[in-house]
Amino acid sequence: MSNAYFNENVFNNKKAFIPFLTAGYPSLADTERFILKMEEAGADLIEIGIPFSDPIAEGPVIQNASTVALKNGASLDKIFEMIENLRKKTNIPLAIMSYVNPLFKVGYDNFFKRCQGLDIKAVILPDVPYEEKGEIEEIASCYDIDIISFIAPTSNERIQKIAKDSRGFIYVVSSLGVTGTRDEITTDLNSINEIIKQTTPTKTAVGFGINNPIQAKEISKYCDGVIVGSAIIKIIDKLGSNSDEAIYNYVKEMKEAINS
Amino acid sequence: MNNGKYGEFGGQYVPETLMREIINLERSYNFYKNDEKFNQELDFLLKTYAGRPSLLYFAKNMTKDLNGAKIYLKREDLNHTGSHKINNVLGQALLAKYMGKKRIIAETGAGQHGVATATAAALLNLECEIFMGEEDIKRQALNVYRMNLLGAKVNSVKTGTGTLKDAVSEAMREWTKRVDDTLYVLGSVMGPHPYPMIVRDFQSIISKEAREEILKVEGKLPNAVIACVGGGSNAMGMFYNFISDKNVQLIGAEAAGLGIETEKHAASIAKGSVGIFHGMKSIFCQDKFGQIAPVYSISAGLDYPGIGPEHAYLHKTGRAKYVPVTDEEAVLAFEYLAKTEGIICAIESAHAVSEAIKLAGQMKKEDIIIVCLSGRGDKDVASIARYRGREIYE
Repeated sequence: MSNAYFNENVFNNKKAFIPFLTAGYPSLADTERFILKMEEAGADLIEIGIPFSDPIAEGPVIQNASTVALKNGASLDKIFEMIENLRKKTNIPLAIMSYVNPLFKVGYDNFFKRCQGLDIKAVILPDVPYEEKGEIEEIASCYDIDIISFIAPTSNERIQKIAKDSRGFIYVVSSLGVTGTRDEITTDLNSINEIIKQTTPTKTAVGFGINNPIQAKEISKYCDGVIVGSAIIKIIDKLGSNSDEAIYNYVKEMKEAINS
Repeated sequence: MNNGKYGEFGGQYVPETLMREIINLERSYNFYKNDEKFNQELDFLLKTYAGRPSLLYFAKNMTKDLNGAKIYLKREDLNHTGSHKINNVLGQALLAKYMGKKRIIAETGAGQHGVATATAAALLNLECEIFMGEEDIKRQALNVYRMNLLGAKVNSVKTGTGTLKDAVSEAMREWTKRVDDTLYVLGSVMGPHPYPMIVRDFQSIISKEAREEILKVEGKLPNAVIACVGGGSNAMGMFYNFISDKNVQLIGAEAAGLGIETEKHAASIAKGSVGIFHGMKSIFCQDKFGQIAPVYSISAGLDYPGIGPEHAYLHKTGRAKYVPVTDEEAVLAFEYLAKTEGIICAIESAHAVSEAIKLAGQMKKEDIIIVCLSGRGDKDVASIARYRGREIYE
């Protein structure tokens, strides 16, 4: 479908670096600044996480960030306002990562219309698998938004059908379990990538567990982009509102590593 | 089949990592539920180990005192481990065994499902880990030790509100980490398909027996059956074989905590709205942005912000009615049943008893109510004492 947008703006002749952050952690003003820093450091697409009360696919790091963000008042309305401000300053490609209930509750049409107005082209829903995405995708496509498909280490015979119906890009889950940094990633990403590439021209980005440049470089051999979440949240855990420079350095280092 | 949907409700809203295993579970279940050897073994365990069939007891004193409908109690509290939970757990643990799994994990609120799961694991020689909210661990310390005695590891869940919903989330997370050798033994008619179906099928033995027994004793069907509802497993079990008997009223008693006009309740049907959470589309207590609400009930087993999808469907179609019952009403019913019939029931079940007390007086003497007494109350004695101002600890 709209693979073209991502091919031209995110994965254009390079390995894409895709940082994630939880909106409103520790505050929405911080999130806005951090995103601009990420762009400056070379991020190709930024994944903005809508904090959810019960994030079942997250490890302790992002769970905690979500809890703090919600406590600090990062409601959906306020997050959209923050992105509105952000859009006055940058055109960087943005994706939204959310659990499905906040979308369902405010209404899919409402949610996607809001996203469209903010030039958001992809929505990532970790609790919506292939079997359930139909009704959501139909509405999202009316607003020119792609629902990103996941492929996991356990997908096996499911890989082809998921890849065939994928739009935007494919989120390849590096390891079993929830989000969070890992010392070692043992999944055979090479064979998963080969099956995907035989099936579809859609670009792939690998996430879950990636945290250092060496790891990122190794993994980037088997995909078109690398997604990092918990490692960035850990920086914010340590430095709070003063994370700007550390985030900048980290994103720059990771982007260079996967393109060296 | 219904493909996991009950009208608009149900479905499989889980991370991709779990999808293959959930499909495998559905396939395995659909195979073994018709497998003679599996059924013989399960039937044998239910009879010789769990103590089925459970009694259908005529509550003579209560009936006389309330001066209305005849009240029968379906005594799930007399099952081994003290609640209806064993019906489902023996089924799922045996299924795990047949599927070649080495390990089972489960969530628990009051600890009844955790104890039942740890029991089945000990019996069937499976490794067992239980996830339980930090708050519930405090409320139900004895059950934690019970699970340890049975050889299970109990993990304290500190995230969120430290109650049942957080225990479910953590069990799901754990399952995505170790999906190959582990089966998640879900305790209620909730979560992604096929769980609402599997748990309902294993619990439907309650209404299968009750229906046969009441026809034998009274020669007619009851006018109403009543059960408490958290996720809704004993209620689904109590309702299921009566669903097509259109004249039998199906009534679920949900936890109104300090009252549905307050923030302190767990009454999904009375106060919730449609949402998607824990793998299913159903009815949940949530705010206007779709954040799941913290809920409250004196009963740890009903302290869950949602209800199983088939209940949501029975509610929407009007086939079943769901009524809120407060902490105070439940405690009064708990004390009443103890004094009147000599039965100390679980505080969860006392919610259903309370509704029966309200209803019986409005009905005719020839009418019949069956109440599902889902569990026994030993675990609740200390907390009821504290509720009444007596500082007793287990």
